[in-house]
Amino acid sequence: MSAAAVATTGALRQARYVLGENRVTGFAFAMLLFLVLCAALGPSLVPYDPLASDTANALKPPSGAHWFGTDQLGRDLLSRVVVATRLDLGIAVASVALAFGAGTLMGIAAGYFGGWIDRAVGRVVDTIMAFPLFVLAMGIVAALGNNVANIVYATAIINLPIYARVARAEANVRRDAGFVEAARLCGNGEGRILLAQILPNILPIMMVQISLTLGYAILNAAGLSFIGLGVRPPTPEWGIMVAEGASFIISGEWWVALFPGLWLMAAVFCFNLMGDGLRDIVDPRRRT
Amino acid sequence: MGAWSVISGYGSMFPDRLPPPRPSPARGRGGQRSDTVLILRRLAGALPSIVGVIVVTFLLTRALPGDPAAYFAGPAATQQAIEEIRHKLGLDRSLPAQFVDYLGRLAHGDLGTSLTTGQPVSDDLLTRLPASAELTLLGLLLSVAVAVPLGIAAAARPGSWVDHLCRVVSTAGVSLPTFFTGLLLVYVFYYLAGLAPAPLGRLDIFSSAPPQWTGFYLIDSLIAGDLETFRAALAQIALPAATLAIFSLAPLARMTRASMLAALGSDFVRTARASGLTRRRIVYVYAFRNAVLPVITTLGMVFSFLLGANVLVEKVFAWPGVGSYAIEALIASDYAPVQGFVLAMALLYVLLNLVIDLVYGLVDPRVGVEA
Amino acid sequence: MSGDAAAAVPLLTVDGLSVEFRTRSGTVKALDRISFDLRRGEMLAMVGESGSGKSVTAYAVMGILDEAARVAGGRIVFGGLDLLRAGEKTLAEMRGRELAMIFQNPRAALNPIRPVGAQIADVLRRHGNVAAAQASGRAVEMLAKVGIPDPERRARAYPFELSGGMCQRVMIAMALACEPALLIADEPTTGLDVTTQAVIMDLIGGLAAAQEMATLLITHDLGLAAETCDRIAVMHAGHVVEVAPTADLLAHPRHPYTAKLIAATPGRRSTRLDDLAAIPGALPDLRRSELPACRYSARCERCTEDCAAPPLPQMAFADGHHVVACRHPL
Repeated sequence: MSAAAVATTGALRQARYVLGENRVTGFAFAMLLFLVLCAALGPSLVPYDPLASDTANALKPPSGAHWFGTDQLGRDLLSRVVVATRLDLGIAVASVALAFGAGTLMGIAAGYFGGWIDRAVGRVVDTIMAFPLFVLAMGIVAALGNNVANIVYATAIINLPIYARVARAEANVRRDAGFVEAARLCGNGEGRILLAQILPNILPIMMVQISLTLGYAILNAAGLSFIGLGVRPPTPEWGIMVAEGASFIISGEWWVALFPGLWLMAAVFCFNLMGDGLRDIVDPRRRT
Repeated sequence: MGAWSVISGYGSMFPDRLPPPRPSPARGRGGQRSDTVLILRRLAGALPSIVGVIVVTFLLTRALPGDPAAYFAGPAATQQAIEEIRHKLGLDRSLPAQFVDYLGRLAHGDLGTSLTTGQPVSDDLLTRLPASAELTLLGLLLSVAVAVPLGIAAAARPGSWVDHLCRVVSTAGVSLPTFFTGLLLVYVFYYLAGLAPAPLGRLDIFSSAPPQWTGFYLIDSLIAGDLETFRAALAQIALPAATLAIFSLAPLARMTRASMLAALGSDFVRTARASGLTRRRIVYVYAFRNAVLPVITTLGMVFSFLLGANVLVEKVFAWPGVGSYAIEALIASDYAPVQGFVLAMALLYVLLNLVIDLVYGLVDPRVGVEA
Repeated sequence: MSGDAAAAVPLLTVDGLSVEFRTRSGTVKALDRISFDLRRGEMLAMVGESGSGKSVTAYAVMGILDEAARVAGGRIVFGGLDLLRAGEKTLAEMRGRELAMIFQNPRAALNPIRPVGAQIADVLRRHGNVAAAQASGRAVEMLAKVGIPDPERRARAYPFELSGGMCQRVMIAMALACEPALLIADEPTTGLDVTTQAVIMDLIGGLAAAQEMATLLITHDLGLAAETCDRIAVMHAGHVVEVAPTADLLAHPRHPYTAKLIAATPGRRSTRLDDLAAIPGALPDLRRSELPACRYSARCERCTEDCAAPPLPQMAFADGHHVVACRHPL
């Protein structure tokens, strides 16, 4: 079996064990599945059209007909919140995928080869981290243009350093490990070793980071849209829904902002719990 | 240590393990620590970051798709106005020449002019900075005042309700969206309880700003002996500062607890116990002074988040700081203030990290030994 | 080595002490009814493999056991007072003043961000009725007493600036600052080079003789114990299996384990790996609920069926000075 396959089946078996053992992680996983279902099937299952306005029914509190109430244009909030799951998760996953891809490759190259690659990657990472991250994201979106794609790029850029650092540290540790030496002796080139040996070996640790940064990416995207960047009305997205609801919460119509906010919190919380649970599987030493 | 000795020094997003010790310059002979050398070395270490920040902000304005001149001229500009701006800002010259231009302007503190206010951006930022600074500092103060004792208590009494509370706070705190927390606080304390004033900015409509000394209304009103204004300013700042505090509570509490646990379980604390030292001395002088070191390092990361969360809080509470300035500019497609804001915040962040590094170096006698 | 033990009543009597640890995988019975005593002015070594319970005994006497530990029975009588029944306040008063302890890995055992002089002064201020101003002066005196050159300057130094041997001297200074009646030394020289080892042991011995202080030396090194101590207590898996005056123990070991231990200690004549006689087997798993009465029986060639049945016997030889816990002593 290849190194990757062995690592994966081992990890899966362990994952199943821990999810069973630790109720909190199991619960987080269940919530995660629920969110993925909302994202995938939500638009087909929601009772109302998220974009359909019905001004006669504007600002109605939660009721049997509208579980989450309606917003200022009479749109059903439950439908909007569920449908927004797809967009928010999509943005988060896309940006984390980019950050993970670029960051991991940069990081393992830096950790494995050292030298000028290490210094160059270090400069890039240091420069990104010299900015307060949310502020940098604002700057990037403002410069590149106010649309969803740029939200993804901006979030990816600010999450890149984390992956680069973790990957670098892990690659550094494994640089002279037994299995790497063995691969070298078999005549494998450095690049091949990097991709076929080291990368699969550090995947479990990167998974922990992915779960944790997914939560952060969602918060980031919602924050950017809260201040008016990226997603525009009437597209349902948790951040702008909270922004829209902000003016109403002061006058007592709490449901317009609360439900999107709670849903957002739940999603982030679930990713963080997953991340903690995964960390316990992967590296029990780091348990708090 | 070179490229990876990042000023904020944190490993994962929310560190629960102790970060590596910060890099250090050489000690003088005979164990004398030269503080001036320390400071100069640190300043030198921050230079690459400053350079990086300036280069990146330059690239963000000039080297990206689209017409920079159009950005600066604004959405309502005519073609002629755009060409004028292009020439005025030197955007028709080569990139390196533009960069030199940019540096020249920065050296004079020229960050461009805001289209919405008509003022130089640097003037606008300076006017609004005290509001943001007051808010952020108060939020951080509150956060430290709650998180550190909580972490210490949780570590000193493992398994108790304090410990569980600390862990809940640490895990839940990182999931809270700042803007949502702020809104919730407004709903509960303003709408439901009527305790807090309306979120309309730094003062209510009845009070006026105290004479300017620091720009911090809380301090200025006390200097002027004006207790009414002080109370009004305090009432207005309470909720937004609390929102920021809640946000930064989690990483600080988590790190304090982890760090205190490590210190309390260490060999030297065991020696202190075997010597019969009082519990007080062991916890505060022996354990805590050691435990505080990683917490100081965590502050760097906390500031990064705070400077970003500041923007969100200013929007929720209509706080007239640099964050809301940037947001208003963004909405109006007024480009120069946004860039000025990003640059200013980044430079401020570099400065803050420098201060943290220096404080760390002064507190930890081991810093200063060649690695 | 110090002179003959003087007082008739021992300074420290450990009687039937049992200590358990609660762990995730079960309760570890780390100490099972161990007994020994220690007289004023004498040096007793506790020798055994890693995991035999030597350090646990030391921590139990000092009262600094881990949170997960539980004393399941027995008494520790020190100067007439049962330490296990005394309150924490009394114990804290006594620690550092009447009984003191020094540890392995001295640099890690000192506060890394506090000057060593201040750490000694802390102990003096706590126990010695010494005012703050005088405490630093006394600390410098202590540093001189343990043979640290240039003590004034060194008192302001931090542990990371000192060598391992100097750090151990600092610890000794801290421990002896208030002239305790009992010093427990837990592997004080492990990790130090051989020359420094000898110097440190000489220092401890000399100071102990001068103050008529009793010393409990915890070590895995039988050779070191033989060179420095009056009596030796051999521990195995939470039991004290043999206690005897040093010469007697080495010449006539009566417990099979002791004999094996002596045989396993590299002597001057052992030059090859084959010369080292390893002891077969390993320590038993102390989490098992049904442990045999003699925990060495699994590794012992002389073991018979009745060795597993309680109680663990205590046989005395040489007028009670030589005690063995074995049904079939050598």
